[in-house]
Amino acid sequence: MNQRRSYQIGTGLFIVLGFAALAYLATQTTSVANFQQGPSYTVKGRFTNIGQLKLRAPVKLAGVRIGSVKAIDLDPARLDAIVQLSVDNRFKDVPDDSAAAIFTSGLLGDQYVSIQPGGSPTMMKDGDEFVLTQSSIQLEDLIGKFLVSGGPSKPNDPQGGNTKPDDTKGDAAKPADQKPTDTKH
Amino acid sequence: MSSVIKPDKAPKRSEASMLGDSLAQVGACALFLLSILAAIPKSLKHIKETIRQIWFVGAMSLVIIMTCGLFVGMVLGLQLYYVLSIFGGTAALGTVVSLSLYRELGPVVTALLFAGRAGTSITAEIGLMRATDQLAAMEMMAVDPIAYVAAPRFLAGVIAMPLLACVFNALGIFGAHLVGVTWLGLDNGTFWSNMTSSVDVWKDVVNGVWKSCAFGAVVALIAVFQGYTTPPTSEGVAYATTRTVVFSSIVVLALDFVMTAFLM
Repeated sequence: MNQRRSYQIGTGLFIVLGFAALAYLATQTTSVANFQQGPSYTVKGRFTNIGQLKLRAPVKLAGVRIGSVKAIDLDPARLDAIVQLSVDNRFKDVPDDSAAAIFTSGLLGDQYVSIQPGGSPTMMKDGDEFVLTQSSIQLEDLIGKFLVSGGPSKPNDPQGGNTKPDDTKGDAAKPADQKPTDTKH
Repeated sequence: MSSVIKPDKAPKRSEASMLGDSLAQVGACALFLLSILAAIPKSLKHIKETIRQIWFVGAMSLVIIMTCGLFVGMVLGLQLYYVLSIFGGTAALGTVVSLSLYRELGPVVTALLFAGRAGTSITAEIGLMRATDQLAAMEMMAVDPIAYVAAPRFLAGVIAMPLLACVFNALGIFGAHLVGVTWLGLDNGTFWSNMTSSVDVWKDVVNGVWKSCAFGAVVALIAVFQGYTTPPTSEGVAYATTRTVVFSSIVVLALDFVMTAFLM
């Protein structure tokens, strides 16, 4: 009887250990760990291009996480993306002339919404919309711009536009290397 | 069955009858699963027997699962650090280790270890019960051996496997953290924050749990079936134990592919 009881306790301990491991994995190593409960308010931003922004991506102010992306929709009339950001109520004091921008953390990291605070005395309320937004920077566009502007040929030369990518291929690596330092600032 | 016991007679058999034999095995296994499922309500009356089996197949496997999880995590940390450093992406070490553990390595390696550690002992135990006529004696005493012997072990496998896989995963993450952060000097915050930003609870963790439930059911079913249908000789028990490991490894890996394709 005593032995029977001891293995029952052992089995109970094993099951508790297993569920504790599951709970640990599910809450501490997944996106649940970034999920803050508690009251929040929603603000909107219109972007012409959101790049790879995903739901639940962080919203940061001065690099500090203050909320997450709640919804991403396309405005059928204006054909731009409406991103709803849910911001924690602790961060009520965001001036209403702040700007929202989509940045990439690192060269290959996930994208996030960064808020640059303005100087207005009135603060953003639930449902407000950012006046100033900056879309995500497309790596392809940047490389294209470097190719166009960095090449030796004239911009108004129609022949040069076609041959340029071949001419400047050797230079393409250099602007691409400089790019990360540019976007970080 | 006779081809296994007397291998010298095997070449005389036609291929068609061997195909028929293996088909019959699969069919018998499926019917056996049905009878186990039908006997589960009855076996819940002997819930203590199920608990005892969870102790034997689950809690007693903890040491091997934890040791292997730790080493698998450490090896993953080391190998992936080397590979990621080629691309300058060592910050993604935590993400890659946790995703590969949750989605793939945790359930599969745990199932293979589980087949070796628990499946064999289930087969050998039931096989010896068969060889020493204990199962026949139970039937004589109007105790349904499927409800009292087979179903509790099957249930224990289904319950214990996901828990073991979770312990394996947790130790694996710990091992990768040990190598990546403590030893190779990766930043602790980067390791965790990259992991938490890209691992999803439902798509990664819970899918892995479903996988390990299915693997537990497969390994336990094959182990119980092989023990239950073993020829009542010592050689028969030996072959049945071997077949448990071979068949469950094959079926686990094949099922893993199918489940991955569906759960993606």
